[in-house]
Amino acid sequence: MRRGIGATALIAGLALAATACGGDDGGGGEGSDGEISGTVTYWDTSNDAEKGTYKKIAEDFEKKHPKVDVKYVHVNFGDANAKFKNAAGGNSGAPDVMRTEVAWVADFANLGYLAPLDGTAALDGADDFLKAPVGSTKFEGKTYAVPQVTDTLGLFYNKKLLKEAGVEVPKTFDELKSAARKIKKDTGATGLYLRGDDPYWFLPYLYGEGGDLLDVKSKKVTVDDGPGAKALAVMKDLVDSGAASSDANNGQENGLKAFKDGDAAMIVDGPWDIAGALEGKQFKDKGNLGVAPVPGGSAGQAAPQGGWNLSVYAGSKNLDASYEFAKYMSSAAVQERTAKEISLLPTRASVYEKPSVKENEMVQFFKPAVDKAHQRPWIPETNSLFEPVRVQMNAVLFGGTKPEDAAGKIGDEFRKLLKDYK
Amino acid sequence: MAVDTGRSAETAADGEHHSGRGRRGTAKNGNPPGRRRALTGQLGRQLSRHWYAWAMITPVVLVIGLIIGYPLGRGVFLSLTDADESNVARTIGVNEIPATYDFVGLENYTEILSDSVFWDRLGWTALWTVGCVSVTFLLGLSLANMLNRQVKGRSFYRIAMIVPWGIPAFVSVFAWKMLFNEKYGILNEVLDGGGIDAVPWLSDPTWAKVAVIAVNVWLGVPFMIVAMLGALQAIPDELYEAADMDGASPWQRFTNITLPGVRAVSSTVILLSTIWTFNMFPVIYLLTQGGPGDNTEILVTYAYRLSFVNSPRDFATSAAWGVLILVLLSLFTLIYRRALRKQGEVW
Repeated sequence: MRRGIGATALIAGLALAATACGGDDGGGGEGSDGEISGTVTYWDTSNDAEKGTYKKIAEDFEKKHPKVDVKYVHVNFGDANAKFKNAAGGNSGAPDVMRTEVAWVADFANLGYLAPLDGTAALDGADDFLKAPVGSTKFEGKTYAVPQVTDTLGLFYNKKLLKEAGVEVPKTFDELKSAARKIKKDTGATGLYLRGDDPYWFLPYLYGEGGDLLDVKSKKVTVDDGPGAKALAVMKDLVDSGAASSDANNGQENGLKAFKDGDAAMIVDGPWDIAGALEGKQFKDKGNLGVAPVPGGSAGQAAPQGGWNLSVYAGSKNLDASYEFAKYMSSAAVQERTAKEISLLPTRASVYEKPSVKENEMVQFFKPAVDKAHQRPWIPETNSLFEPVRVQMNAVLFGGTKPEDAAGKIGDEFRKLLKDYK
Repeated sequence: MAVDTGRSAETAADGEHHSGRGRRGTAKNGNPPGRRRALTGQLGRQLSRHWYAWAMITPVVLVIGLIIGYPLGRGVFLSLTDADESNVARTIGVNEIPATYDFVGLENYTEILSDSVFWDRLGWTALWTVGCVSVTFLLGLSLANMLNRQVKGRSFYRIAMIVPWGIPAFVSVFAWKMLFNEKYGILNEVLDGGGIDAVPWLSDPTWAKVAVIAVNVWLGVPFMIVAMLGALQAIPDELYEAADMDGASPWQRFTNITLPGVRAVSSTVILLSTIWTFNMFPVIYLLTQGGPGDNTEILVTYAYRLSFVNSPRDFATSAAWGVLILVLLSLFTLIYRRALRKQGEVW
């Protein structure tokens, strides 16, 4: 019963505007011989299965540029946004380069924290980038990030369990529901592990019913138009009917564990968990892991576009080296390496032509899915749209709130966040 | 910390509002209260006699003013503006961006108070506080009573009880989160072994409320035990011996000696733990994130969401929430104090 971090957090929040301490970045820049030097601090937000690879890749930069000292720092995805904002706003301790979630770029750029990259070394070979990932790097006509990894959601399935139950890979959530019943009867495993704790997983259901969160062009909130409630009802039905199991929190660990152990035959997940899933005892034989498009709803099939960009802090003391580092981390060679080693999806068209990437089954599956992935609204508030969705999705699945009421509440919250939206 | 109940009864009885401490003070200085003219002289004498002490505490007063007064004042000021992350002054590298937020008066407060979000959260926060404090206090008092006797392995129990207090709160909460895990947690595995269906500890609104209260009680009981043990040990044994001679039953001894004996300490620790529990951020935030839905969200976790989760961070509204929380707690303290004084407690 001590004073919690709540008090500290509050005071920090209140005093944040007032604090402005000096940084301690190593100076540097371009020497007379054109050789870059200095320290580049890099915040990596990759997950546990990926971070080892990224650390090695980042440190390899020093081999190409011996005068540059790369400081690799791993930051948990969940903390990274707040940590960067605290550091960047206070002008103390922000990294020179950060692996930034696609939805954060517009937010950080809007606050003036990111350096525009047009015309710098970072935007090397920009024509090669796929069109969809580039969408998230622009804000008000300027480019603030370079795409490094792209992703979307797919349906991971346990081939052996589906075969045992004699069911096809489901193409719609209806098919999934009936398949789940057979799977349970014949194998004892639950059909699907449904993420009920993370709002990102609400999007395939929403898009599947023909809905969207917002219409940015006409400045309208659309999540409460009808498809929103329908999507929540579909999720609730999957859980209530026993076709899917879910948790109000712990979804990431419990879902992956259930899938790895064969307790759940299917899970909706992204390429970032391929490496993790393959560590499981069910997938000692890699061939047992199947990946298919996310099932569709009544209006079609679509999954959200996600991924990671590299952004450069506007206050970096070492901009030249930082641009060079961003260029390196998004280069074709590095993307080929991450595709090969941890099955992540490149953002450069040319990398998909490389033999090692062509041979990678996971990458080859996800490529068409990514091409079709549903773009999200790339506005500064995109990241905060998720919290109201999480609260209501949770309330529908675990608290008995009606889907229509929940969709209405999400819409109300959105209008509070977006003052000029209808 | 023995309580001389006789003295407090006397204070209440003589009907005057000066406290016991004041009376002691005036008695020492030999100045009867109420004589205004003597006051400046008294102050001067105080200063000339104690100037050294005043000089010694000046740095402390300054530092406290700076680290408490400044943020507090700043918070109150921000709550009257429309400041958020995108319009406060900030420095990014060489760029200085000046502040562009405006003074909006009480707008933030009227908006918060006319919204059901605040009242819903307040209702649960009150329930959470009362639930946690009452259970913690009752458990603490009974355990302290047990440990106050000559039981075998007493010091071991005492140390074991302190353990939760020694672990950082977030570590304890994460450990509990693992125990409560619906699919793979130990609690459900044990229940499963006993043939009982898995309990959705953190997924069901009612169970989640039980779970957060249980964890907070677990964290709070050690403090309660330590405080109550101290209070119990200050009760003179002679009282119990005398009661024994008079043939009092254990229950009579408890209600007539123990309870009055621990009263002063209890009232203080109850006040403290009420304030702590009201603002207990980590238990709720780390265990359930306020979920499922927003069923376990208390006022401070919502204020945190406003200034750290939403984008751009809304400093003004969050500060207004902070000020409202402060006002609520100050009001509670005042009322509580007054109630105690009516019962003749010197505090």
